[in-house]
Amino acid sequence: MATVESLVAQIQGLSSSAGDLSLLLTHLKQADEFLHNESTRLLPFLEQLDPTLHSLGYLYILEACTSWPVTNEQARRLVLILSRFLTSCVADQIRLAPEKFISVCKSFKDQVLMLEAPIRGVLPLLEAVKKLRSSEHLTTLHPDFLQLCLLAKCYKTGLSILEDDIFEVDQPRDFYLYCYYGGMICIGQKRFQKALELLQNVVTAPMSSINAIAVEAFKKYVLVSLIYNGQQFSTSLPKYTSSAAQRNLKTICQPYIELANTYSIGKISELESYIQTNREKFDSDNNLGLVKQVVSSMYKRNIQRLTQTYLTLSLQDIANTVQLSSPKEAEMHVLQMIQDGEIYATINQRDGMVRFLEDPEQYKTCEMIEHIDSSIQRIMTLSKKLTAMDELISCDPSYLAKVGRERQRFDFDDFDPVPQKFNI
Amino acid sequence: MEPDDEIYANGEADSSNSRNRPIISSEQLDIEAYAGLYTGRTKITRLLFIADQCGQNNNTVMQMEALRMAYEEIKKGENTQLFRDVVHKIDGRLGDNYGMDSAWCEMVDRRADQRKEKLENELNAYRTNLIKESIRMGYNDFGDYYYAHGSLAEAFKSYVRTRDYCTTSKHVIHMCMSAILVSIEMGQFTHVTSYINKAEQTADALDPNTVSKLRCAAGLANLDAKKYKLAARKFLEVGPELGNSYNEVIAPQDVATYGGLCALASFDRMELKNKVIDSINFRNFLELVPEVRELIHDFYSSHYASCLDYLGNLKANLMLDIHLHDHVQTLYDQIRNKALIQYTHPFVSVDLHMMANAFKTTVASLEKELEALITDNQIQARIDSHNKILYARHADQRNATFQRVLQTGSEFDRDVRAMLLRANLIKLEYKASRKP
Repeated sequence: MATVESLVAQIQGLSSSAGDLSLLLTHLKQADEFLHNESTRLLPFLEQLDPTLHSLGYLYILEACTSWPVTNEQARRLVLILSRFLTSCVADQIRLAPEKFISVCKSFKDQVLMLEAPIRGVLPLLEAVKKLRSSEHLTTLHPDFLQLCLLAKCYKTGLSILEDDIFEVDQPRDFYLYCYYGGMICIGQKRFQKALELLQNVVTAPMSSINAIAVEAFKKYVLVSLIYNGQQFSTSLPKYTSSAAQRNLKTICQPYIELANTYSIGKISELESYIQTNREKFDSDNNLGLVKQVVSSMYKRNIQRLTQTYLTLSLQDIANTVQLSSPKEAEMHVLQMIQDGEIYATINQRDGMVRFLEDPEQYKTCEMIEHIDSSIQRIMTLSKKLTAMDELISCDPSYLAKVGRERQRFDFDDFDPVPQKFNI
Repeated sequence: MEPDDEIYANGEADSSNSRNRPIISSEQLDIEAYAGLYTGRTKITRLLFIADQCGQNNNTVMQMEALRMAYEEIKKGENTQLFRDVVHKIDGRLGDNYGMDSAWCEMVDRRADQRKEKLENELNAYRTNLIKESIRMGYNDFGDYYYAHGSLAEAFKSYVRTRDYCTTSKHVIHMCMSAILVSIEMGQFTHVTSYINKAEQTADALDPNTVSKLRCAAGLANLDAKKYKLAARKFLEVGPELGNSYNEVIAPQDVATYGGLCALASFDRMELKNKVIDSINFRNFLELVPEVRELIHDFYSSHYASCLDYLGNLKANLMLDIHLHDHVQTLYDQIRNKALIQYTHPFVSVDLHMMANAFKTTVASLEKELEALITDNQIQARIDSHNKILYARHADQRNATFQRVLQTGSEFDRDVRAMLLRANLIKLEYKASRKP
């Protein structure tokens, strides 16, 4: 019968080489149940271990410690230990026991939330995500991390994770949450294009039945596409959207669809009165802020359209055409848009005139060429990946078995090399 | 010549010319002359239409005049239903001479019943004898009978029934022409189109006169369907043989007006020159309606003010036209837009004051019109609202291409990534479904 002391000694002895580590792992697996039984008195032993040198052992003991519900007082202590561990542990060792690591991180997140200090969890969890993930792989920790970022309003930190490409997914639910939270973070940073992409991923993801994440994502998707694309937004979803989503989303999110329809008429007053009557619905969805941005995007779009038509225009005229109340307000809008690079213009305050300019980008600089070149490279890699993926799936036995089951008889006539069953 | 001079010349020439030129004032339509152009049922329906329109505009004098003529015209025919309607509309406002004439109605109805009986007997006799030609004649007579008495749907059916008994292509043409006539009266322009096609397929029996009639009918059908360009082409193809031979549907004056306006609204400058102004055929028609001829020439030679003047004067009368009234506003708008586009086209910069002058409008409303056209991408220009100058804008192909390339690239990037993700999710799904 092993004791905690002997186990600690083993951990200290067997944490250097790769061979030792695998031996240690088998020992630890055997001792797992024992550790869980002893969990209440384990904490002091952690002080004998170094989180960097003995990451694996440290992880097992920590996991046992956190497997029970803790009080506020304990959580305060644990959070300190956990965040130290997460920042200093070694990636190679913790990857030997990923499920333990994930469970530790989850309880870390819970404790941080219990203490109502999400900001304390952001950086350690970012480290954890970076250590656990391999390239292009979505871990279970991604959504948790993004949720903490959202709660702590650390949008910028969240963006750093969102910028990496993700292709492989273990759990559809993780993916939905990742995209949904990610979309919200991008909205917070006003990166509407990226937000739209993420939200669209949720809405169009293959699903056999509708889920709450997709519904909420669709609401935000409608609003963000109004902000970003304006009147070109069409309420029809892409054809590869799962039939469950196509059937249900529009009926569930009726107020949003109607909002889009009202927007497409192009009258500020109608849009505002519609929002006023449906205010509670948007408010209860926590989308009122976005809805307000939709309204101001309409002003922007109308001003942008003026740049296509006019070279110069007085602020008074802008205010009249765009239905703003005063030239002063028009000036604020124009100024803001110039600042954001949405229009190119100069304001002559003496005459109250705005002079619209053409886009100064001439596409002649080296940076532009480099940018284009890198885009081409990237797209080539992507499309190679897609072809590989296509081949992989069409050769996958389990896929063929499934398709074969659904199509009982295989005539030569209706044989086609790429089964059409799945529209990806 | 400097562009500015050009504008100057344009605007100035307009104002001086229009002073010298006799502008036909917007006098009221001479109903008598107008009605004289038509015969048969269309004369009555046109008069009644004018009466209705005038009634809406509270123009009682013209309304009564139209009703009076309609009354007289109906009295010559046998359509008692229409007679009762008209009497009801007149409502005793034209004195005793134009009241209800029950004796006449009864007499006509009685005669009609007798005639119908006779026709039925005849037709039955023919059918028992199975003489094709006679059966055809019988149905045809029935069609004529119904047409005269105003039951158009029945008339149409009877005419169409003759189809099975047609032996020569002449008969087919006759059947088609009758069907077209009735369908136009009913306003069923889909039938019109299909019978025109049928008639045109039997090419061997078509004489130039019939071809012209068919073109007119096709033009009307296209006009009704708001296909103004096709309508214009059809009207332009009408030959001079038409003359007054199709008065039960359309007068040659109408061909000129409909064709001219549709052509102005839908043709580009080249087509206008080749097909309208240089067409010897159509010139004959245009001679009948000098106003339309003048306005087309004005439009082509860029005297927009006088062209728009003519249009403005014609408008009241065109609104009284049974076929054109629905389309007048659309056609006018299109012509005006065309004029605006043509005016700006050759210049790099246009002074809005000059232009407003040439179009007889204010700078502010001109700006609004131009704005709409620019937003629609019909004029490539931008307005300098401060100095009131319109500057042509030449799209920079190179920049536009770059922009499009970058945009397409990022869209592709996004789509492929989304596709890979969906593929992965699908993979998960079938893996999961295999496990249990």
